[in-house]
Amino acid sequence: MTVDVISPQIYLLCGVLLFVLGLHALVVRRHLLLKILAVNIMGSGVFMLLLGVAARGEGGIDPVPHALVITGIVVAVSATAVALVLMLKVKAATGLARLPLSGPED
Amino acid sequence: MIRRRFALSPALLMSLALAGLLIVVVLDLPPQPGLAGPVAQAMDQAGVGHPVTAVLLNFRGYDTFLELAVLMLAVLSIWSLGRRDPIPARPVQGPVMHGTLRHLIPVAVVTGGYLVWVGSSDSGGAFQGGAVLGAAGVMLMLSLPREMPMPPALLQRLGLSLGVFAFLAVGTAGLLAGHGFMGYPPAWAYHLILGIELAAAVSIALTLVLLFLGGRSRKVRHDR
Amino acid sequence: MPWMDVMADMALAPWLVILPLAGALLAGLWPAAARWWGLLTGLLTLPMALLLALQVHAHGPMVLYLGGWVPPLGIALVADGLASLMLLMTAGVGLAISLYALGYLTGETGGRWFWILWLWLWAAMNALYLSGDVFNLYVTLELVVLASVALVALAGGAAPLVAAMRYLLVSLLGSMAYLMGVALLYGSYGVLDLQGLGAQVALSAAPMLAAALMTVGLMAKSALFPLHVWLPPAHGSAPAPVSAALSALVVKVSFYLMLRLWLTVFPALPLPGLDMLMGALAMGAVLWGGLMALRASRLKQVVAYSTVAQVGYLFLLFPFLRAFPDGWKAVVFFAVAHGVAKAAVFLAAGTLQRAAGHDRLADLGAVMRGRLKTSFALGIAGASLVGLPFTGGFIAKWLLVQTALEAGLWIWVLMVLGGGLLAGAYVFRLLGPAFQPGPADPGQPLPAVMEWVPLALALLTIGLGFAGTPVLSLLTRTLTGGGG
Repeated sequence: MTVDVISPQIYLLCGVLLFVLGLHALVVRRHLLLKILAVNIMGSGVFMLLLGVAARGEGGIDPVPHALVITGIVVAVSATAVALVLMLKVKAATGLARLPLSGPED
Repeated sequence: MIRRRFALSPALLMSLALAGLLIVVVLDLPPQPGLAGPVAQAMDQAGVGHPVTAVLLNFRGYDTFLELAVLMLAVLSIWSLGRRDPIPARPVQGPVMHGTLRHLIPVAVVTGGYLVWVGSSDSGGAFQGGAVLGAAGVMLMLSLPREMPMPPALLQRLGLSLGVFAFLAVGTAGLLAGHGFMGYPPAWAYHLILGIELAAAVSIALTLVLLFLGGRSRKVRHDR
Repeated sequence: MPWMDVMADMALAPWLVILPLAGALLAGLWPAAARWWGLLTGLLTLPMALLLALQVHAHGPMVLYLGGWVPPLGIALVADGLASLMLLMTAGVGLAISLYALGYLTGETGGRWFWILWLWLWAAMNALYLSGDVFNLYVTLELVVLASVALVALAGGAAPLVAAMRYLLVSLLGSMAYLMGVALLYGSYGVLDLQGLGAQVALSAAPMLAAALMTVGLMAKSALFPLHVWLPPAHGSAPAPVSAALSALVVKVSFYLMLRLWLTVFPALPLPGLDMLMGALAMGAVLWGGLMALRASRLKQVVAYSTVAQVGYLFLLFPFLRAFPDGWKAVVFFAVAHGVAKAAVFLAAGTLQRAAGHDRLADLGAVMRGRLKTSFALGIAGASLVGLPFTGGFIAKWLLVQTALEAGLWIWVLMVLGGGLLAGAYVFRLLGPAFQPGPADPGQPLPAVMEWVPLALALLTIGLGFAGTPVLSLLTRTLTGGGG
């Protein structure tokens, strides 16, 4: 069954692509909303990779990565919520929803 | 941003290099079963029938406990930043929203409750159930009259910390009773896990609504 | 000691998580009494941490399987020499910060939120130090980040909010890189516990990439030059207890995690180029932080840039680890000495700022002459930052230089000595106004605790000057990996 052999690999590849796409956007984009979205996309990439890892075993699906993904999603939701509210406060205080240019990490 | 689209920036080159490295590494990962075997062997002492729930609430219960703590801390962090804007920004006009919600919310409550309960034996659990309940709560918030009073602050805080408290209390009781921190007496495991799941689902639902609101209640003056 | 044998049966480690977390929850439920929950937490946690360190010293590392599930299925709490030393430092500095905040935050806006977030931060740091599982460490790391970002933003105003946002984004980037490392490790070995990973990790592409991702992610989190931009505004403009907690404690968290990973999980991997890269960045941090501290015009800015510089020394870890296996101990001692001294300096600076109503260095002379206890504390703790004899900082730098000499790494000897000269220059700038002739004026009346706590911490830095031997012998009780 080629499909069964291939499908976890596709999850692994897509996971990597999402992670790197998110990383690139996080570095390149200036608007804070896009940066926050980029972090979420990176997270989704890692979660997809974990699910792909879970599907590779001979003895059925490994439940541990699934549990890790649930935990990871909740952590990501929490961090995203804090980041969004912080972004609104930054916008209210500086008038801009982006970081000032002084930082080399921008 | 269009002008940047085709430029080979250092960031793009770095990203491409990382992507290449990751792809090579990921495709080369050795096949190994992970922890499926150990989990299957321990299932008869787990107290619940579904392996993911057993991992979440028993084997790696400490992760779940800290993750509930993360959710709660997120709400507290957001509250520390100030008060929220009025929600909804504009009251919803017309009968559609209210009519839909009148039917949707009872269904959501039943679905959420079912998901929590079924988590012990099938796909589902506190987070899935809590997320459905939280979505119902968000819908409700969006359709509320603008200046509807919120529940008292103490009640909000109690509901918020219910999941972490339940987990911490059971975990500490396990420590004092000799089952180790985060340990359950095997005979009680199912009931304790179900109790924790219920408390966690309530906290998660409430937390998601509070995260959506994004700030302390505008009416209640208990801080600052 | 017979009582120690009795204590050995009791599992102390979980209480170091339970106590601060219970304090944080209670403070959240009754914000009006938050300060008292904070004080109670501090008073209970310090003896616990001290007992744990004594226990570890006497009996060796203790591993506790949570819920009775043995790794790799379950999660273990690991209390070894390194973890218990970090817990003890956190508890000592934490109690001092709590006592100081009782005086500093009376009736001030934001006081309650300080207590809630600070107790959460404390609980999160303790959980992180005790965790023995790479994924669990990720969750605790996020707890630390959320609590400290909220503390940075607590000061309000544009600069702290922007600093908090920058800090959060850099931290999330670091977290994601770390999590990718976790996924790669699990994909390769199918376990998550540090010891189990350490036994299996061998030289191959996946763990190398995981190690690189995790190290770079944590480097971003610990504000190593050139990713330090958010740190000076965040640490420099926060209320004094927050500055002290961030600069003395939070900076050490990602350093600890990096050290833990390289000690336990990755010792089998070579570090091609990593040690030189980290060493170069460390050098950059020491120089840039020192120069900026020389240029800053406000007291707390000088101290914040001093943190940028001193983070640099922490990253000597990598060249030292490469050179010989015990090289990390000198760096850990430095981290502890810096933690205590930096807390003392920030708290003393807060006292002077509150007394004078500002912290412009040029105009602080009268208040410094009027508040001799605090100026004295600033002087002693500053001496420790420079590394003058009879302080913890002296022993720390002595150990660093000794380690570098034994390894034949002359360049790091020069860096430690040159960094010390820079530190001497900016600490002298801090103290300079006190020695100019002029009137003495104690300024605004202040609670006595705001003068005594910095002094007590400063005296503790002198105590650390004599604690080299016990600390190093505690550190020999550290679990290291590398069976594979």
